[in-house]
Amino acid sequence: MSLLDIRNLTVEFATASGQFRAVDGVDLSVDKGELMAIVGESGSGKSVSMLALMGLLPWTATITADQLSFEGIDLTKISARDRRKIIGKDIAMIFQEPMSSLNPCFTVGFQIKEALRIHLGLNRKDRHQRAIELFDQVGIPAPESRLNTFPHQMSGGMNQRVMIAMAIACKPKLLIADEPTTALDVTIQAQILDLLVRLRDEQGMGLVLITHDMGVVAETAERVQVQYAGQKVEEQAVKDLFRTPRHPYTTALLNALPERATSKMLPTIPGVVPGQFDRPKGCLFSPRCQYADDLCRSLPPTPHSAEFGKARCHYVEKITTGELA
Amino acid sequence: MFGYFLTRLGMFIPTFLGVTLISFMFIRVLPGDPIIVMAGERGMSEERYQEMVEKLGFDKPVLEQYWDYLVGVLHGDLGESFVTKKPVWDEFFALFPATLELSICAMIFAVALGLPAGVIAAVNRGKFFDRALMSSALIGYSMPIFWWALLLIIVFSGNLGWTPVSGRIDLLYYFPSVTGFMLIDSLLSGQEGAFGSAVRHLILPTIVLGTIPLAVIARQTRSAMLEVLGEDYIRTARAKGLAPARINGLHALRNALIPVITVIGLSVGTLLAGAILTETIFSWPGIGKWMVDSIFRRDYPVVQGGLLMIAVIVMLVNLLVDVLYGVINPKIRRR
Repeated sequence: MSLLDIRNLTVEFATASGQFRAVDGVDLSVDKGELMAIVGESGSGKSVSMLALMGLLPWTATITADQLSFEGIDLTKISARDRRKIIGKDIAMIFQEPMSSLNPCFTVGFQIKEALRIHLGLNRKDRHQRAIELFDQVGIPAPESRLNTFPHQMSGGMNQRVMIAMAIACKPKLLIADEPTTALDVTIQAQILDLLVRLRDEQGMGLVLITHDMGVVAETAERVQVQYAGQKVEEQAVKDLFRTPRHPYTTALLNALPERATSKMLPTIPGVVPGQFDRPKGCLFSPRCQYADDLCRSLPPTPHSAEFGKARCHYVEKITTGELA
Repeated sequence: MFGYFLTRLGMFIPTFLGVTLISFMFIRVLPGDPIIVMAGERGMSEERYQEMVEKLGFDKPVLEQYWDYLVGVLHGDLGESFVTKKPVWDEFFALFPATLELSICAMIFAVALGLPAGVIAAVNRGKFFDRALMSSALIGYSMPIFWWALLLIIVFSGNLGWTPVSGRIDLLYYFPSVTGFMLIDSLLSGQEGAFGSAVRHLILPTIVLGTIPLAVIARQTRSAMLEVLGEDYIRTARAKGLAPARINGLHALRNALIPVITVIGLSVGTLLAGAILTETIFSWPGIGKWMVDSIFRRDYPVVQGGLLMIAVIVMLVNLLVDVLYGVINPKIRRR
């Protein structure tokens, strides 16, 4: 049994101009201790699907799923109270903006000890001890004195470490990192990624890394799933994905990596992710796809077999064999 | 922190001077002559009138009069009432506890109801409670105080007979004033029923005076909470699996308090202004009634002194609010 099993997750937002589907039939499964990456451009529903799992979406969101289970417990079927016993304890999440993700009114010590008290019921002394340990574990220098500082007194990198310490405080089985390095300096980015990978190894927790940086995926993840406009378009082991991307979108993403550039001009993917009003009828990628024809524009493709990376494309086989190139 | 405090205190000086100038000029611009008012219906002779003009210093140029007044104020002398011949200072402190007692009760009433109401409205945004609360807050805010007071008196004192119409305590009870606060004094007196009587006398004035601040605080709390509830750190708190009560009541409210205490501080000014009307309606022997009476008597020193004291109190409260910002949100704290 996998640690996390999501089947056919759909999230719709009620907007002034009708329902907007941000996540459209996404599947995701993560095994114990596995490092799974979700990649895609902005607006591809990466964060929203994970926020739906955590129950953190605003009330305007409608979440439906065939299955949304963690360790065999279907999170959609349990009460909010029971769900809170899992959220923050067994499933933890860190976010993109460390500076605004910590409460400015409380010391970081208070904020980390709060999680320890509520989920583990530790007494004051144990909480203090454990908080110091955690700060030490995530590489915060002088942990004891840092407990009394406020978030605004520390750098973004330090705040992200605090967020990570808070997330792993109750030894979660699954950690979701939502673009944890996007807001940080490049030098700090590598440190934070190393830290996350190290913690994953030490604690054997599953890690879902949401990113739009293919470079990060290549360095860290084991399996990767590519999302586009709320749909999962491809899923493969990292090595295979980089060697033989199946979906034209994945190919285009990889080609846009500076490391892979062959000419002086960096290739780009023309156009943008479709929004609420310009959603194509057929394949969602068709307006930007170099292979798209009338079939693509009229009929939405279904996922292929695992052999072809579960790619949502009518022409995966033909592209692979080189018939279409 | 101390330096910050001193800087803020230094900013008092121009405000203070401005208030003395305005209160001094304002009362003199009003038509009417205090000496004639003092003389009453019998009038007075021309010689006696001139004598009084000289005695009160009205023969000097206005600027010189102002200067004399200012020098007096800086020496802690607010002058003597034209009518009672008692120092303004003494009169103020004899009456101020009554106003303070009423204002504190009104503020407690407004905060104790307004803060939770605002939080609940924000959490249940768009639902029935939110709409009902915000419409009643708007009504409360737009209702004229005197009309609201009369309405309450008619219903609760007149028809139902639950509360007294005016005053601070029943005439049955008499005890010396120790603190000036009727609630405390009545308890200290040990007389049976005295405290209950004092409380009953306080209820309607408290509600009347507290209504506008209540409406303002409820609305401000709601909008501040709505803004804070959309912040990233609230998402973090929810991701930690905290209970909604803790998220709303601690993580969100503490951040929302900054704008709320700002309006609470500003409400103190409104409250003292409202006290003038409320005290007049309920015959509450506080500085509000004292000031209104003095304006009609053209009792210059009392009006000037009263205005000045009220201004100083409002300034002090707002200084306290500034200090509280730093206590509530350390990000605002200065080094």
